[in-house]
Amino acid sequence: MTRSNFTRRGLLRTGAATGAGLALPTIFTGSAWSAAHSGYTNAPEGGTVTLGFNVPQTGAYADEGADELRAFQLAVEHLNGEGDGGMLQTFSEKNLDGTGILGKKVEFVTGDTATNTDTARSSARSMIEKDGVIMISGGSSSGVAVGVQALCQEAGLIFMAGLTHSNDTTGKDRRANGFRHFFNTEMSGRALAPILEANYGKDRKAYHLTADYTWGWSQEKSMRTYTEAMGWETVNTVLTPVGAGDFSSYITPVAQSGADVLILNHYGGDMVNSLTQAVQFGLKDMQANGKDFTIVVPLYSELMARGAGANIKGIFGSQNWDWKLENEKGDRYKGTNAFVQSFGTKYGFPPSQAAQTCYVQALLYADAVTRGKSFNPCSVAEALEGFEFDGMGNGPTLYRADDHQCFKDVVVVKGKEEPENEFDLVEIVDITPRDTATYPVDHPDFQGGSLGTCNPGA
Amino acid sequence: MESFILQILNGLDKGAAYALIALGLTLIFGTLGVVNFAHGALFMLGAFCAVTLNRLLQVSHVVLDETKTDFLGNPRKIEVPYIQDWLGETMGAAIIDWSVPLSIIVTIPVMILIGVIMERGLIKHFYKRPHADQILVTFGLAIVLQEIIKAFFGANPIPTAAPQMFAGSFDFGVLLGFDPFTVFYPYWRLIYFMFSMIVIGAVFAFLQFTTFGMVVRAGMADRETVGLLGINIDRKFTIMFGIAAAVAGLAGVMYTPIVSPNYHMGMDFLVLSFVVVVVGGMGSLPGAVLAGFLLGILQSFASMSVVIEAIPGINQVIIYLVAMVILLVRPRGLMGRKGVMED
Repeated sequence: MTRSNFTRRGLLRTGAATGAGLALPTIFTGSAWSAAHSGYTNAPEGGTVTLGFNVPQTGAYADEGADELRAFQLAVEHLNGEGDGGMLQTFSEKNLDGTGILGKKVEFVTGDTATNTDTARSSARSMIEKDGVIMISGGSSSGVAVGVQALCQEAGLIFMAGLTHSNDTTGKDRRANGFRHFFNTEMSGRALAPILEANYGKDRKAYHLTADYTWGWSQEKSMRTYTEAMGWETVNTVLTPVGAGDFSSYITPVAQSGADVLILNHYGGDMVNSLTQAVQFGLKDMQANGKDFTIVVPLYSELMARGAGANIKGIFGSQNWDWKLENEKGDRYKGTNAFVQSFGTKYGFPPSQAAQTCYVQALLYADAVTRGKSFNPCSVAEALEGFEFDGMGNGPTLYRADDHQCFKDVVVVKGKEEPENEFDLVEIVDITPRDTATYPVDHPDFQGGSLGTCNPGA
Repeated sequence: MESFILQILNGLDKGAAYALIALGLTLIFGTLGVVNFAHGALFMLGAFCAVTLNRLLQVSHVVLDETKTDFLGNPRKIEVPYIQDWLGETMGAAIIDWSVPLSIIVTIPVMILIGVIMERGLIKHFYKRPHADQILVTFGLAIVLQEIIKAFFGANPIPTAAPQMFAGSFDFGVLLGFDPFTVFYPYWRLIYFMFSMIVIGAVFAFLQFTTFGMVVRAGMADRETVGLLGINIDRKFTIMFGIAAAVAGLAGVMYTPIVSPNYHMGMDFLVLSFVVVVVGGMGSLPGAVLAGFLLGILQSFASMSVVIEAIPGINQVIIYLVAMVILLVRPRGLMGRKGVMED
C-alpha cells in the first residue's frame, strides 16, 4: 500500500504558498522584467514594436486625453509612412523615413488613467507585462505622470511625459528614464508675470483656488512667487478637490475676501466648471478695491476655452504651444502648420497643446532610438540628453541633460474678445523667449530629488 | 453677515438637488420597499434628456461660406440648424437657447416610461428578496445605465447652458441693504431652487389631495388591507415608481447649467442622497426634504475657507459626521417612523 504524505493541511499550506508566489507582482518575476534575452525590458522581437499610450479617457482631464490619443495615433501613422508625414517633414533631424522605428512597424496599445495615479500605474503595469510595450507616453495630470514615471524607472522603460505641468515632474520627482517636452509652472510664472503687471498694475490682491494635488500646489507656488515679487498681495489660497464639479461654495467667499484678482489654478473640466461658475457669480462684472475684478487662468488650453465658451474672453494664461503660432509669429515656429494640416485633415478641428506635446514626444522617442540605433532605454536616454532640435512647432528647443526638461519659448495668451469661429478662441498676446523661460538647474523649487541612473530593466 | 447669507443661498440649490433625489428614493422605498441604488442614474438620465434635446435641436446642414476660410484655408463650413430653416433664424435660435427648460416637457414622459420599464422589467422580481439583493441589482443597473450613456455621449462633461436671459446674477446685497456685489447669486441657481420647491410641492399635493395619492398613502401604511379592498395597489405603486423617476429626471434636467452633465454625475449624488434619506428618516417624505436642505446648507458652510483652515478636510466629511450625530441622538432619523426598516 502506498501511503501519501499529502495531508489536507499540507495541501492548503502548499496551495497558499504557491498562490502567494503567483500573486507577487509579476513585474518583478516575469520574463518581461528579467528580459534576459537582450539586456533590457521588453526588447522588441520580430517586425513590430509596441508603444503604450496611457491617457485619461475618463475624469476631469478626459478632453485632453482624447486629443492626446488622436495625436499619438497620428504620430504612429506618420512613423509607419502613412498620411502626409506631418512634422517629419519639418523636424530638424532627418533620421525618420516612414519605415517605422529601426525598420520595425510601430504598433500601440492604449490605457485609461482615469486621471488617477493608482489606475494609471495599474494600466501602465498591464501594458508592460501583458502587451510588452517598449515605451510609455501620456499624462494630463502631473500626479499621474509622476507615478507612471517612477514605475517606468523601476521597470526599465522610457517614459515620454505628455501633458504634465508641475515643477515636480522634472524637479524633485525627476527620473533618469523620464523626459518632459511640456513646459512647467515655473515657466508659466516667468511668462505671465510681466504681462499681468503691464495690464493690471503692481497693486493687486489675489485669491487662489487651487487643485489639491502636485500640479495645483506647484502652480500656486510659482504664481505666488512671481506675483508677490511684482507687488501683488496674496489674500487667500484655498485647495479644492479634483473633479469637484460644483465650485460655488469655494467661489462665493471670494467676493468678500477683499481680493480683486481670482487666480484659478485649475485645469481641464475643473477649470471649465470653476471659471463658468465664477462668471455666473458675477466676479467678472464686479468692482473691488476701486478696480475691475479680474480672473487669471495660469495654464490655458484651446480645449478648455472651447468648454468655457464666452466666459474665457479677456482672461490671461500661458500655453506650451498654439495652433496659430506659425501663421501669426512666423517661421521660427515651423512644424506648426504641418501638424495642424495633418491633424485637422484627419479629425476636422485644430490640435490642442496636449496633442502637440504628445505627437512631438512620440517622434522624439523614435528619433532617439534611430540615432542611438537601439531600443535600449539607456541608449534612448543618452540620445535625448542635451539634444537640441527645431521644426517641431515650438522654435529651437533643448532637452536639458541635467533634469530631462525641454526648454523653449512660452506662449502667453488671452481669451479672444471677438472670435471669428469656434476654434478661434485664444489670442496670442506675447511670446516669452526660451532664455527668459530658462531657470537654473539649482532652482530651489526643483530640488529634493535626483535623476539617478538609467535603468534598462535587466 | 454677507458670507453667511451667501452660504445659505449656496446650500439651498445643492440642498434642492439632494432633496429632489431623496424624495424619489423615499417614495420608492415607502411604496415598494425597495432600496433603489439606480436612483442617481435616473438623475443622470434626466440631465442627458436635456443634452439630447439640445443636440437634436442643433441638428444642422452645412453651408459653405466662400468669402471666409477655415483653419486649414478651405472655404468655411457653416452649420445651420434645420430648426432655423423651418422657424426662422430668430425663433430657431430662441428655441435652442431655451432647450434646457423645454426639456422638462420631454423628460417627464420619458422618465415615467423608463421608471415603469425598470420596475416592471427588473425590480418587481426582487420585491421579496433581501434588501442586500435589491441593492446589488439596482447598483448593477446604475452601472449599466452609466456605461450606456458613456458609450453614446462619451466620458467628457458636456456644457449645457441656461437660456441667455438667466446668464447673470441677482444682487441680493442691494436688496438687503448691503453694498453692491456683496451678495451676488446666479439667476439660474435661484430658478433651480424655486423649481425644486414647485416639484416638491406638486408631489406632496398629488399625494395629499388626489384620490390616487390617498390610495398610495393608504398602501404605504397598510398594503395588504388596501389590496383586500379590491384596489390594484401594485399598479399604483408602479406608477409611483415612474413619478419618482420623473422627479429625479427633472432634478437632473435643471441641474445641467449648474454642473456640466457627465455619465458619472448620478453616482456623485447617490451616496449623499442616501445619507439624506437616512438622516431624514427612512420612509418619511418631509424628512427627506428637510434633511436634503439641511445637509446641503451644512456642506456649503463647511466649504468656507475659514472653516477649512480651522478643520482641514471638513468639507469632505461634514455630511457623514452630522449624519452620525443625528443617528446617535435620533436613531430613526429626523422624522423617521417606528417600524420602518426595523424588521
